[in-house]
Amino acid sequence: MSAIWKYISDVLKGIWTLIQGMRITGYYFFRPRLIVTQQYPENRRTLEMFERFRGEVTMPHNENNEHRCTGCGICEISCPNGSIEIITATVLLPDGKKKRIIDKHIYHLGMCSLCNLCVKNCPSDAIVMAQTFEHAVWDRTQLTKVLNRPGSKIMEGVKE
Amino acid sequence: MAFSIYDFSTLTQSIHDGLSSRLSPTGTLAMEWAIVGIVILLFVAVFGLFLVYAERKVCAFFQQRLGPMRVGPWGLVQTIADFIKLLMKELIQPARADKFLYNLAPFIVIIVTFLAISVIPFAKGLQAFDFDIGVFFVTSITAVGVIGILLAGWSSNNKYSLIGAMRSGAQIISYELSVGLSLITIVIMAGTLQLSGIVEAQRAGWFIYRGHIPAIIAFFVFVIAGTAETNRGPFDLAEAESELTAGFHTEYSGIKFAFFFLAEYVNLFIVSAMATTVFLGGWMALHVGNLEGFNHVMDLLPPVFWFFIKVFFVIFLIMWFKWTFPRLRIDQILTLEWKFLLPINLFNIILMTVIVLLGWHF
Ligand code: SF4
Ligand code: SF4
Repeated sequence: MSAIWKYISDVLKGIWTLIQGMRITGYYFFRPRLIVTQQYPENRRTLEMFERFRGEVTMPHNENNEHRCTGCGICEISCPNGSIEIITATVLLPDGKKKRIIDKHIYHLGMCSLCNLCVKNCPSDAIVMAQTFEHAVWDRTQLTKVLNRPGSKIMEGVKE
Repeated sequence: MAFSIYDFSTLTQSIHDGLSSRLSPTGTLAMEWAIVGIVILLFVAVFGLFLVYAERKVCAFFQQRLGPMRVGPWGLVQTIADFIKLLMKELIQPARADKFLYNLAPFIVIIVTFLAISVIPFAKGLQAFDFDIGVFFVTSITAVGVIGILLAGWSSNNKYSLIGAMRSGAQIISYELSVGLSLITIVIMAGTLQLSGIVEAQRAGWFIYRGHIPAIIAFFVFVIAGTAETNRGPFDLAEAESELTAGFHTEYSGIKFAFFFLAEYVNLFIVSAMATTVFLGGWMALHVGNLEGFNHVMDLLPPVFWFFIKVFFVIFLIMWFKWTFPRLRIDQILTLEWKFLLPINLFNIILMTVIVLLGWHF
């Protein structure tokens, strides 16, 4: 007798769990405003990317064309696939000491896996991830970028 | 030509009279067959494409997506574009396939759907063939579809196809039983196997209401078993990308694949149409007891619309199942049928018989 009751309760429980599932999917079906799909090219003007989205590595400059990169090369070392090349130059300071400065911070967007390691490891927070994503170009040489702008120099007070 | 959307028998009668005044009886018959064939062909093509579109939209909304949006407004012409693409594709045939059976299989599958559609009463007088064994005909003719699937799997000369076909076969043949028995439950009440007769018997109230508990159980058993018969999710074992690729139609491409694909969706329609006809009153309008005014308003909507509203309701229910429930394993599928649906069904028939004998139905 107990076997029969177990059978019946199994059936009823099964039906109950199925109804639970259908309630959840039904909830979403009848609420179209919860749809997450974005109609991309149409909403291009209003589209906002998330802060956490990693589009490409960039080096912010302030209004005096100054950046924070010391040319230490840590980003180059930490990059797992060699997407960064640091070319440094040496300048002679007025007090006679030699100083290493960044000449070219070369970044190969075409190779970058956007892993964020360079940004995390930069000791002077010189580079950040931008949220741009329309990166298609006609020629791959355009994907190689020099991040420090021409004529830019390091900000005052950035610790080596 | 007298024509009323409420009663198609005048239209069909006038076509018949018009034809027989010009042609010999044999010519008339041939002509009528041709007309019926073309109408069903068009219906299958258009409705099948629409169902594919509806499925993609419904699925998208369940998953908080938008679905097809690009081709036409709201992606309405998407499936037509897909179909044209399929038509233009190359027909590839495995080198060592059994050529004759391989080419025959898709036609068996699609012809079966045509035959099943031909007995469904869409509205008063809008039914190609009105057999007095309509229910029996539908259940037996849909069973023939299994042969097409088995042949497709067998003749492709591909292990995946064969296993997929065997799975479909095992599944369809077992669920055939539940489909038949749940229909019989209602036939006990209706006292006829004729589909138009069953609809007519529901003038006083739909069977799902008049037969109360056993009819509701039978309805759900029928919908579950019907879903399994059309090889749709959560019973879509025949297609398992990771294990069997596309199952029995792995080796088919182009229009032959389209036949299988279309047949699957038209079968969905057939199951829903049968559920509508047998349980939900067919093309009868919704009537509530003695509310004369309400019943009158309901009668304003032509029967053919009523039919399609109910069919879409059942189709939506089946789609809801598909996009909610996880897939079953093959042993779970067979357990569900043989250990649950079948005993419930048999018990249900006894219950229905007792209720009919004692006159406890409405
Ligand atoms: S994000 Fe990663 S891959 Fe790209 S440049 Fe930085 S360290 Fe290299
Ligand atoms: S970007 Fe940062 S880590 Fe890379 S060279 Fe400049 S300061 Fe060093």
